[in-house]
Amino acid sequence: MKQEWPLYEVFIRTKSGLSHRHAGSVHAADDEMALTNARDTYTRRSEGVSIWVVRSDRIVASDPAETAAFFGPAEDKIYRHPTFYDIPDEVENL
Amino acid sequence: MYTQGLDQAGKSGTARSAEETPERLEAFQARIDAEEKIEAKDWMPEAYRRTLVRQISQHAHSEIIGMQPEGNWLTRAPTLKRKAILLAKVQDEAGHGLYLYGAAETLGVSRDRMVADLLSGKAKYSSIFNYPTLTWADIGAIGWLVDGAAIMNQIPLCRCSYGPYSRAMIRICKEESFHQRQGYEIMLTLCRGTGEQKAMAQDALNRFWWPSLMMFGPSDATSTHSAQSMQWKIKRFSNDELRRKFIDVTVPQAEFLGLTVPDDKLHFNRATGHYEHSDIDWQEFYEVISGNGPCNRQRMAKRRKAHDDGAWVRAAAQAHAAKQAARAAA
Repeated sequence: MKQEWPLYEVFIRTKSGLSHRHAGSVHAADDEMALTNARDTYTRRSEGVSIWVVRSDRIVASDPAETAAFFGPAEDKIYRHPTFYDIPDEVENL
Repeated sequence: MYTQGLDQAGKSGTARSAEETPERLEAFQARIDAEEKIEAKDWMPEAYRRTLVRQISQHAHSEIIGMQPEGNWLTRAPTLKRKAILLAKVQDEAGHGLYLYGAAETLGVSRDRMVADLLSGKAKYSSIFNYPTLTWADIGAIGWLVDGAAIMNQIPLCRCSYGPYSRAMIRICKEESFHQRQGYEIMLTLCRGTGEQKAMAQDALNRFWWPSLMMFGPSDATSTHSAQSMQWKIKRFSNDELRRKFIDVTVPQAEFLGLTVPDDKLHFNRATGHYEHSDIDWQEFYEVISGNGPCNRQRMAKRRKAHDDGAWVRAAAQAHAAKQAARAAA
């Protein structure tokens, strides 16, 4: 019984229409407690209408050391951006 | 400040691991200089990590111990309104401690480790919370002066180079403004009250003024960790710079209350645009930070007792979770 309660990451939707956003973390014995702890810690001033909590050890994350290689494939595909294309000024609504 | 023990405790630790090559250190400093935020899983020098763990955990401990002086007045607040406000403020302090523990944990130190270091006395917390709250006016003085000094220090920390710490500080700063204003309002109410009430406010200012100035930590001449922290953009202003800013904004607030700052050498220097003040009694500061303040033993005993008394609750919650999980699996 000596081990630490698991760590949960907390995501909050501040109002309908917006995505959930990472707010911080809490420790809790189980999922339900994680929700109420997250509420008490991160929404004391009505900062949210919805909370997600997820065990930190269940999150799969990209490796910062591999950032360049991992995101590299998108770097040289400038034709994915609208500014790549030259359109004469006279052409409107494009 | 809440992390003033940094300026003297611990060794500066220049030992570098083999992976800390000059190229890597240089690349790291270049990111800092470009105002990039460092995130949890990014490569960082061990000394940067260690400094942050120490600073953020001390800050968290200060928030947690900081609940005690104010908690002392929860059952004796003069009105129901004041009681509700004070309760909300004390809850905020707990919340701030939790945001900060969470930020420190991203650096790889466990919550249990940090709590154990606080309870064993190995970790420091701000000297200010070792002073007693003798009257209701002290609650006003704490909000006005102690939280005022905290804000002065914490606003630049919102721009700290370490992302999780910076984000926690932004959240905290949003909430601190309420703390300071409610404190000043308590002082204002007392100062507009009877002579006895105003005298109580003056007495609180007399006792909290110097300890509040000490919150900024030792003077720049004797602060050993500042230079490296400034280079890493963990810290943006020196102790003395922040202290001077605090004095400059606070003295006029005291004048508005009709109270006298307890420093007979205090005067405004027109040439510099700043207030000049008497020397700070650093002997008192070092006594308090090393455990000999008026309430150090009481604060620690109370925290240890709360931790021990809560042990069965933590164990029961864990047993319940294990039982529920076993049932769900069956």
